[in-house]
Amino acid sequence: MPDLTIPGYTVVHEKPRSFYPVCERKPEMQHQTHYCPGCGHGIAHKLIAVAIDELGIQDRTVLISPVGCSVFAYYYFDTGNIQVAHGRAPAVATAVKRSRPESIVIAYQGDGDLAAIGAAEILHAANRGEPITVIFINNGTYGMTGGQMAPTTLIGQTTTTTPFGRNVWNEGYPLHVSELLASLEAPVYVERVGLGSNKQIMNAARAVRRAIENQVKGLGFSLVEILSPCPTIWKMNPVEAQRRVLEETVKTFPLGQFRDRTKSAPARPAAAPVPLFAEIPAILGLANGASPAAKTMRSGETIDWRVRVAGFGGQGVLMLGEVLAEAGLDAGFEVSWLPSYGPEMRSGTSNCHVRLSSKPIDSPLVLHPNVLLAMNEPSLRKFLAPVEPGGWVFYNGTEIPQGCAGRLDVHFIARPFAEIAGNAGDARSANMTMLGALLEATGMLAEERVLAALRRRVSSGHWLEVDRRALDGGREAVTKGVRHES
Amino acid sequence: MSKQLIKGNEAIVKGAILAGCRAFYGYPITPASEIAEAAALYMPQVGGVFLQAESEVAAINMLYGAASAGVRAMTASSGPGISLMQEGISYLAGAELPCVIADIMRGGPGLGNIAPEQGDYNQVVKGGGHGCYRTLVLAPESVQEMASLTSLAFDLADKYRNPVVVLADGCIGQMMEPVEFPATVVEPQVPRWAVTGTADSRPNLITSLHLDPDDLEAHIRHLEAKYRRAEREEVRFESWRTEDAEIVLVGYGIVARILKAAVEQARSEGLAVGLLRPITLYPFPGDELRRLSRRACAFVVVELSTGQLVDDVRLAVEGRRPVEFHGRAGGNIPGCEEVLALVRDMIPREQMADA
Repeated sequence: MPDLTIPGYTVVHEKPRSFYPVCERKPEMQHQTHYCPGCGHGIAHKLIAVAIDELGIQDRTVLISPVGCSVFAYYYFDTGNIQVAHGRAPAVATAVKRSRPESIVIAYQGDGDLAAIGAAEILHAANRGEPITVIFINNGTYGMTGGQMAPTTLIGQTTTTTPFGRNVWNEGYPLHVSELLASLEAPVYVERVGLGSNKQIMNAARAVRRAIENQVKGLGFSLVEILSPCPTIWKMNPVEAQRRVLEETVKTFPLGQFRDRTKSAPARPAAAPVPLFAEIPAILGLANGASPAAKTMRSGETIDWRVRVAGFGGQGVLMLGEVLAEAGLDAGFEVSWLPSYGPEMRSGTSNCHVRLSSKPIDSPLVLHPNVLLAMNEPSLRKFLAPVEPGGWVFYNGTEIPQGCAGRLDVHFIARPFAEIAGNAGDARSANMTMLGALLEATGMLAEERVLAALRRRVSSGHWLEVDRRALDGGREAVTKGVRHES
Repeated sequence: MSKQLIKGNEAIVKGAILAGCRAFYGYPITPASEIAEAAALYMPQVGGVFLQAESEVAAINMLYGAASAGVRAMTASSGPGISLMQEGISYLAGAELPCVIADIMRGGPGLGNIAPEQGDYNQVVKGGGHGCYRTLVLAPESVQEMASLTSLAFDLADKYRNPVVVLADGCIGQMMEPVEFPATVVEPQVPRWAVTGTADSRPNLITSLHLDPDDLEAHIRHLEAKYRRAEREEVRFESWRTEDAEIVLVGYGIVARILKAAVEQARSEGLAVGLLRPITLYPFPGDELRRLSRRACAFVVVELSTGQLVDDVRLAVEGRRPVEFHGRAGGNIPGCEEVLALVRDMIPREQMADA
């Protein structure tokens, strides 16, 4: 055996420990990789495995295998392995790292995977500064699917989907991922290296190790872009392919560090302490006393209130309904509250359905109310017709509008509720004057139930007082008839 | 524990956390956004993870990552977002990863609208992604069930190592009702197959890839066996006054609530009407429908769609009885009267058929 000793170097005659000695997950030829002779993946794999060995993190490492030629990276790496959908490795890596912060998560991706279908995922993972390591293999082609164009295919390069060469007017320009990601605030380390010569490979080894070490140190997002040969698709022999990386690819994709903030990266804040299991119900607001006790002090009465509340967005329509439902629950009734939702929350009209019943509630929809609280004229016009005969209609206005006065079969209470609220303190609590009027006229619920519900829903002492006075104002407006002050 | 008046969407999150869920990844969409908002509020406080993803595509793949790492994880969306998640759901099923997905259905197709609909039945119950897989699907009809079925969903997801969907609609998501939560808190466990970055879990592999046709077929048969087991063990439904029913109404979610009102009204008019409410849409309570078809004269399926659940009812009844359909779409919800009119119209025909 010839003497291979070179001064200053240690010659290693074994595989990195982070590779399986025999690739048992591989269906055949378990002593060699599935990669073509001269392929850059084998070299890149080795650089990663060596770094894992050197950093002593084999047990902690989770390797994310992409879709592409390296889909079978899990054949080789004796680490935790997750194989994922095309382009989604950064999303998967994000969640693994966030749930298992002690793990070392390495996402391995090709250029179709990372730069085309997964462009959004890599951009946002980098922008969030996920403390993961991404190894990005740029060989300018889709190898696994047989040599189609990649976002990184060089201008003029012929592929099976650019048979006349990549044309910038048709396919645009090669995508510079490292430069793109280095324009973001969060990444701590972005470097482009090549596998075009032994010297380049030695440099790539250093970069790969740093990108992984950054994660071990708890720094942020690190990515190494590796310009890699693909002799088979490029229709070259391995030597020619490697030379192409060295002489051609680097002209479009210059090597170098685009970001190195490893020394100045701010320390990540410590995770919030995890509470005891016993504390969780209280955190969720479920501890006893946080909400009304079930089935308290219910008298045997049979009730079935079907209430529709309607008005402009911002008038407190939904809030009125919530207070009513909460007070009803407090009083021991079955309740439901169903809002109109969506754009109405932002502008336009708003309405909700509230049911209070002594029996379990079947449909929460109130199509035929026995109580209508109309806070404006359009609501009265819209919802008056279906009110049941004998029902109650409360209208925020002094006069019943034309066309609505014909319902002589309902109890009509029209009062200037907004004005009454204004006199009581704030016109914005018109919803509470209407609620006060409802309680006074129908005796639906005891005052203390409503006040208790208000106390749970309104945190400001000032507004609680305003609402309380508005409730009283509404009650008075019913007992004393129309009160109109100018 | 006392009852709390909360929105259906919020009940899902509280139910999930009590069930040991410690990761939520999602993307906002009406009418499901309150789920993400509640998760954003509570997850960090209980030692969990909340992240607003860049898209539903990313969110479902984050679920893939969290589930791979052995964490009880969930997401929530509505029709258009669920369509985007289908690729990821197929991968989750293929890789046998448990997770929970809440779909708060809205109007479609396309942007449709944000009003309640049940048009996602086919894409959720039949598996809208590629390949031979199923998702288990639970359909709550109340805010209470939003909490309790979410909790059940996590147990089923772990038991079958499969995604489970809680399929509700905008109505159930947005409405408030009293909810009684369980007094117990589930302590998260790490499954032995998970990849967690530890020496013990180092030999583990999560993948949906089986290159060899025989391997893949064996894997698909294995998945199929799980689904057959779920069909034997997990069917859930509510039978409401069906024992002597001549007409059986069938509906799920908010529709079932309306049908209950219709049944009460019909009974008060002396009509023998009952309701079968599937709680699991997959596995489907087909055996119960077949059993009921021996006595009932006809079935009436009511949906907030132009007819999706009705296909499963017709398959179950096997043509032995007429299966009528009444659907509303676009966000319109049928009233009790609308259903009753249909039922009253059928009774004379059925009586004639009997005579």
